[in-house]
Amino acid sequence: MTRHRPPLPVSPAEASGAGGAAAYGRVKPSGVDTTHGAILYLEEVTVSFDGFKALNRLSLDIGVGELRCIIGPNGAGKTTMMDVITGKTRPTSGTVFFGQSIDLTGLDESQIAHAGIGRKFQRPTVFEHHTVFENLELAMKADKRVRATLRSRLGGEQIDRIGQTLELVRLTREAGREAGLLSHGQKQWLEIGMLLMQEPLLLLLDEPVAGMTDAETERTGELLDELRGRHSLVVVEHDMEFVTRIADGGRVTVLHEGSVLAEGSMAAVQADPKVIEVYLGR
Amino acid sequence: MSGAAIPAGRPLDAYARKPLFSPAMWTGLSAAVVVLGSLPLLNLAFPAGHPLHVSAYAVALLGKFMCYALAALALDLVWGYAGILSLGHGLFFALGGYAHGMYLMRAIGRDGAYGSDLPDFMVFLDWKAYPWYWSFTEHFWYAMLLVVAVPGALAFVFGYFAFRSRIKGVYFSIITQALTFAAMLLFFRNDTGFGGNNGFTDFKRILGFDITAPETRAALYWVTLAALAGFLVAARAVTQSKLGRVLTAIRDSESRLRFIGYEPLGFKLFVWTLSAMMCGIAGALYVPQVGIINPGEMSTETSIEMVIWVATGGRGTLLGPIIGAGAVNGLKTWFTSVFPEFWLYALGLIFVLTTLFLPQGMVGLARRLAARRGEQA
Amino acid sequence: MRIAAIALILRVLALALALPAPALAADPAPAAQGLDATLLARLADTETDTRLGAISALGESADPQAARVLQALGDSRLRATADGRMLVDTGDGRAADAATGRAMDLPRNAEPVIVNNRLRRAIAGALAGSQLFAADPAVRRAAAQRLAREGDAGRLPLIGRALDAERDESVRASLQVAQASLELKSDRPQVRRHAVELLGRTDNAAFRPMLAALALPRPDGAYAEPDAGVREAAAAAVRRIDRHLATVEWMGNLFYGLSLGSILLLAALGLAITFGLMGVINMAHGELLMIGAYVAYLVQLAFRRMFPAWTDWYVIAALPAAFLVAAALGMALERTIIRWLYGRPLETLLATWGISLMLMQGVRSLFGAQNVEVANPSWMSGGFAVMNGLVLTYNRVAIIVFALLVVFFVWLLLNHTRLGLFVRAITQNRRMADCVGVPTGRVDMLAFGLGSGIAGLAGVALSQLGNVGPDLGRAYLVDSFMVVVLGGVGQLAGTVVAALGLGGINKFLEPYAGAVMAKITVLVLIILFVQKRPQGLFAPRGRSAE
Repeated sequence: MTRHRPPLPVSPAEASGAGGAAAYGRVKPSGVDTTHGAILYLEEVTVSFDGFKALNRLSLDIGVGELRCIIGPNGAGKTTMMDVITGKTRPTSGTVFFGQSIDLTGLDESQIAHAGIGRKFQRPTVFEHHTVFENLELAMKADKRVRATLRSRLGGEQIDRIGQTLELVRLTREAGREAGLLSHGQKQWLEIGMLLMQEPLLLLLDEPVAGMTDAETERTGELLDELRGRHSLVVVEHDMEFVTRIADGGRVTVLHEGSVLAEGSMAAVQADPKVIEVYLGR
Repeated sequence: MSGAAIPAGRPLDAYARKPLFSPAMWTGLSAAVVVLGSLPLLNLAFPAGHPLHVSAYAVALLGKFMCYALAALALDLVWGYAGILSLGHGLFFALGGYAHGMYLMRAIGRDGAYGSDLPDFMVFLDWKAYPWYWSFTEHFWYAMLLVVAVPGALAFVFGYFAFRSRIKGVYFSIITQALTFAAMLLFFRNDTGFGGNNGFTDFKRILGFDITAPETRAALYWVTLAALAGFLVAARAVTQSKLGRVLTAIRDSESRLRFIGYEPLGFKLFVWTLSAMMCGIAGALYVPQVGIINPGEMSTETSIEMVIWVATGGRGTLLGPIIGAGAVNGLKTWFTSVFPEFWLYALGLIFVLTTLFLPQGMVGLARRLAARRGEQA
Repeated sequence: MRIAAIALILRVLALALALPAPALAADPAPAAQGLDATLLARLADTETDTRLGAISALGESADPQAARVLQALGDSRLRATADGRMLVDTGDGRAADAATGRAMDLPRNAEPVIVNNRLRRAIAGALAGSQLFAADPAVRRAAAQRLAREGDAGRLPLIGRALDAERDESVRASLQVAQASLELKSDRPQVRRHAVELLGRTDNAAFRPMLAALALPRPDGAYAEPDAGVREAAAAAVRRIDRHLATVEWMGNLFYGLSLGSILLLAALGLAITFGLMGVINMAHGELLMIGAYVAYLVQLAFRRMFPAWTDWYVIAALPAAFLVAAALGMALERTIIRWLYGRPLETLLATWGISLMLMQGVRSLFGAQNVEVANPSWMSGGFAVMNGLVLTYNRVAIIVFALLVVFFVWLLLNHTRLGLFVRAITQNRRMADCVGVPTGRVDMLAFGLGSGIAGLAGVALSQLGNVGPDLGRAYLVDSFMVVVLGGVGQLAGTVVAALGLGGINKFLEPYAGAVMAKITVLVLIILFVQKRPQGLFAPRGRSAE
């Protein structure tokens, strides 16, 4: 397993030469080979903890620009799947590919993040003792090696980008406040903001609306709609209304006991008797 | 905490152009340097008995305290900012001290008890020549190179393996304790060639100057003061930079930082090696002023005491460890001259009370009080 | 001329007859029967040769009385009565019958038996032989060594008989050396070979130099031993002895490694419980050990003053006392300081270090900074002599057994009691245990008390092995941590394996590197190992393991 450090994707502003316009990603990412249309492949992934199979020969793939919803009962392996993709857990067997050529099972968390996969966690994990501004600054896509970080100075353009994200997540006035002092919903938004600052090609969102008010949930849905197409997204959720809203004709995957139980449009999945029995109830 | 929290609502530009120190801080720092720097002058200019005279003892004592303060500052960088608790920093301090000590032992020349080219302890062991690792140490610049290179290299290698294997928290601390303990055992042996349990002492000269002369002492004091002030500014620069923020992110939530794309290994290694080199320099400045270095400096007790200096002063504040080192050592000097049997009780109490009631240290307490007064105003 | 010749022949015949006679007469006959009177009478004969024969016959006798007679003869204390009885003058007008040793008054007609130098020499030689049967083993041993030095191969049969009768190991060894050294002088290679093989079989290192001298060439290149077969046998004997020595050393290392491991186990077990359960790094752990040792000292003092007859059993009382004192101290620590610092392991580390400083200073103020004397009870002094050269001391064996017992009880406690169940639950998931009603506060206190109490027991064990002073704990602190870190958190098996393993490795490295370097090497090895495998030897696995 060679450790492959993928080349740094060029920032959109630099690439387009334009300044200022909000650009959260591109349809055709470079460095990641998506010629076959899929940005993420999981094949026969098994994760076994002392005999207990958290993932059992799981196979699925995510298309470029797709917004895929993953649902399933507790213990189905949804979070473990995310752990495997982001490098936190090594699969016992199976392969995970980012694009055609990048084998994620050989990389560690920071390399995978650098390659262009961003994750939002179940419980908001922001840097509590840093301000909102600093959280976003840290997440910002940049050369994240030691020397570059030591030398880095915030340019006007970068400040603008942070400003835009602050507006998007409605935290402009909290820019100087310690993140630990934010409300739960605000923390969720900050984390989404951090995710966006990373400019990832693939976003993994683990229960993004957990604990949010209806208004906040609506807002999140709008944001995800906006991101769809420019980024590829995988959303794990329990809130069925939310899922129905964002799935919007796209594919929904149901996980059960570590493997795929059903896959298809929301309507198809909701009508599937196996899914009803295991998860949705009558 | 990355400096004062910027109040909500300020224009974002303010975040990019933060000064190193506020004007008030610069003033305070300069004043402190001037006051401290003047003491050796008062010692040299006025004879003993004069009301403005500062005793040589006081100058030497303060010089020693400043070396401790520098070591504490180094420890704060790794502990207060990166969350790496080292219980073995005394090792780096001592290694720097021994490196300088080798030069000083050479500088004794033939003025030792045996009148030989070799240091007394080697003559006593019946050695005929210097071991290979003593080569070139008669040159001052080489010894100075060793002062930073040896602790730095050791820290780098040890840190690389330790951080790469992701040892964290208490496990790491225990391992550093074991490291310094093993080194101490090694240096206690006469065969190791560093003077055994007596170490190095009886220095005569440094760079040709008589080491006990008041002028030399004053010069060493000023160099130490300059080093302390210089490293304080440098440390501030590091902690205020983006790298400093990455370090505190490592301290607060290392795994989360990985998911953003930072590999903590390089950052930890950077600050760890820098800290070790700073500590080595502190040790090198310590040895000529105190006149002796022995393996006791590598003991687990000494290293843990360094930690309490930082904790008492306030970790993660840069100023705190300096104050803490001064305060605790001042207390120690007072106790050991007046109530020696009670010093260890006092020290133990400091450990307990600081951890229970003063987790932010004295500086943290002062800030809280200032904030509260600010709110009341 | 012919009369002289006949007289000579008769004398020779007499001698020839006299020689085997003692061989027959001196068959191991119980001393009670006494010596042969006619033999004794010959001591006073006019013919020197007859007397020599009698002396030599007595020298071959297994009867201790013979030695006394010879001694008396040499000291000019032997008396002959007119009717031919021999008496030994014991002084003050008293005498002992030479044949039976029965005491009586010295008759006035007893004439002293005179000896000359030639006889004296013969007596000395014969004494050495008869002293082989003396009552005192030290005398017998000295006699054997003297015979070896004299190098008279004619003594071999005597030595053979002495060997048959001899039961004392050290005297047997001396006799064998004597026999072998004499046999080695034989002209016949077979005899020499036999001697060499015999010496090799004794597995006694004392013979190695002698055998090596036979097998190896001298500095000038020539061999001391002409016969190649004998040289070969000598070389084989040397190898055999070397193997034995290596085995003894290996077994010694094993034993001492086990002993050290058992001490580390006792010292670290308590720490493993508190660290594994609560994640508490207790830097005062060493001081709890030290206090346990001092409790043993105090209990010993109390016994000496109040129950002097029972002093030997003070250890039995010291164990529960140390346990209780240390446990109480531990629980007090937990309630007053540590419970406020849960979830902050680094702060706990510092706070407990402060406690350790205070405890050490407290003990120094109370008992002085020097070591105090704690003596082994008599039933723990001494040891099993095993395998010719290895002594397993009782105190170490007792500690090994004790350590295993303690581990067993802890295992019982953890796995078969309610408290143990709670402890294990809290180790795995404190929050959840709290939610289901486990009294976490109380369990924490009790578990900390248990860990501390075990440290106290370890202190008692340490007091039996070495010095007891205020810094006793410091020496074991780093080692205890190494055991815990190496063994993995929350695993009893890990602690046991790590402790025994470290003890063993330390002892096996010692012959190569010396005690200090061995310790350093072990520390470095652990540092490297933990970096490769941070969770330790036995690691908890799964999602909860963070």
